[in-house]
Amino acid sequence: MSPDGDPPDWTKGGEGLVLARCRACGGVQYFRRPFCPACGGEDPAVETASGRGTVYAVTVVARAPSPDLQAHAPYGIALVDAEEGFRFMAHCPPEGVAIGDCVRTTFRAFGAGLVPFVTQDVRS
Amino acid sequence: MSRITGIGLTPFGRLPGLSTLDLMSRAATDALTDAGLERREIDGLITGYSTTHPHLMLSTVFAEHFGLRPAYAHAVQLGGATGFALVMLAHWLVEAGAARRILVVAGENRLSGQSRDAAIQTLAQVGHPTYEVPLGPTIPAYYGLVAARYAHEYGIDDHAELAVLMRANAARTPGAHLTEPITAAMVRDSKPIAAPLRLLDCCPVSDGGAAFVIERADSARPGPSIRGAGQAHTHQHVSAAASLTAFGAGDSAGRALAQAGIGLPDIRYAAIYDSFTITLAILLEEIGLAPRGGAGRLAREGRFSPGGAMPLNTHGGLLSYGHCGVGGAMAHLAEAVRQMRGQAGPRQVAPPSLALLHGDGGVLSSHVSLVLENGR
Repeated sequence: MSPDGDPPDWTKGGEGLVLARCRACGGVQYFRRPFCPACGGEDPAVETASGRGTVYAVTVVARAPSPDLQAHAPYGIALVDAEEGFRFMAHCPPEGVAIGDCVRTTFRAFGAGLVPFVTQDVRS
Repeated sequence: MSRITGIGLTPFGRLPGLSTLDLMSRAATDALTDAGLERREIDGLITGYSTTHPHLMLSTVFAEHFGLRPAYAHAVQLGGATGFALVMLAHWLVEAGAARRILVVAGENRLSGQSRDAAIQTLAQVGHPTYEVPLGPTIPAYYGLVAARYAHEYGIDDHAELAVLMRANAARTPGAHLTEPITAAMVRDSKPIAAPLRLLDCCPVSDGGAAFVIERADSARPGPSIRGAGQAHTHQHVSAAASLTAFGAGDSAGRALAQAGIGLPDIRYAAIYDSFTITLAILLEEIGLAPRGGAGRLAREGRFSPGGAMPLNTHGGLLSYGHCGVGGAMAHLAEAVRQMRGQAGPRQVAPPSLALLHGDGGVLSSHVSLVLENGR
């Protein structure tokens, strides 16, 4: 836990993928807001996701958006449907990850911080 | 009812030494000349935005620069859908009586006014600042994800024929950015950008400007009329899209057609946003101008060629006439007006009675559709 009581979150430099669940309607969100966009319920519960999911879409960036990131190219970017019911963007190897694959999440340094990195989940 | 009585369209491409205001001014001058109007006869002004000239009040910056004192003015921002959103708004403002003659204008030196890296970086910021941008995606990457999902669902990852058609159309259009002929094999062999998208699947970054005069219908002043307009907004970020194969384009076009009181079979010309080949394929299919998975095949069979049943972006579209930001889609409308007037020169098709126009912004996030009726 971080000092503010939230679990580790890659968007704040921690090794964790975090979701928020509405205490009223159960709606799950990844882009965190202090309310539920489905029902308006306030103060949704924050929890750590398992990082397991299924690849929904995948691409390989050959040309990065800035010169400092070009050193990392080519890098894979995937949209993953997490088992908790939200979709998230992650890095993946540029080869060997396909739509429909079951994946697990680790974290790797990229640009100024950490980003989620998914690879095939060999346990599945 | 509202009519488009004047069009202005600059060449697109590398136009060094011209600023956003220069390009807007050139397009506006041409639109006023085309409409046979003086500056003082314009009482409304709606502009888009420019990434090379960010300003809180671009409309009044332009009004002062160009010499207008409108009774109504503001700017609109809706990404690639902005151009048609401006036209839709002008249509309603004229209908409502808020203004009589509105100048709609956009322009940007998107190619010459910044480095290529700066352009790519600026555009990539449409991603979510916390959950997407840190991963280093680009606009082609967002659309690469869309193209990959499309390929997975329909077994088709090749829309090269759409790029070939746009290039052939541009070759007949004065002022087009890219006119060198290409083949489907050249598209498939071009440099990878964001799999499965390759360089020739992507529109260029261009300098350019476009403008229209939109005014209340007057029998003494003929011009194509805006008969229907619709929008749909389903999400902003690609991670938040419910589906990457079903967007709001069909809803938007359906609203515009319903308002016009016509059906898709009445349409004789299509002007569809084509930032990437996959964008054009998905929009054609979702609107219903091609079956799901069938846009590339119909293009190969000639349906969208100038001599085909549904001429499409006969000026060359964003893929080859070019893409200067807000003005990019406005070129589609300028071409539709020219085709209706019979002023399209060597690319003239049978002047269409009804045209459907569709633009999208973001990652197929925001949709605006227009139905244009020939009023010659």
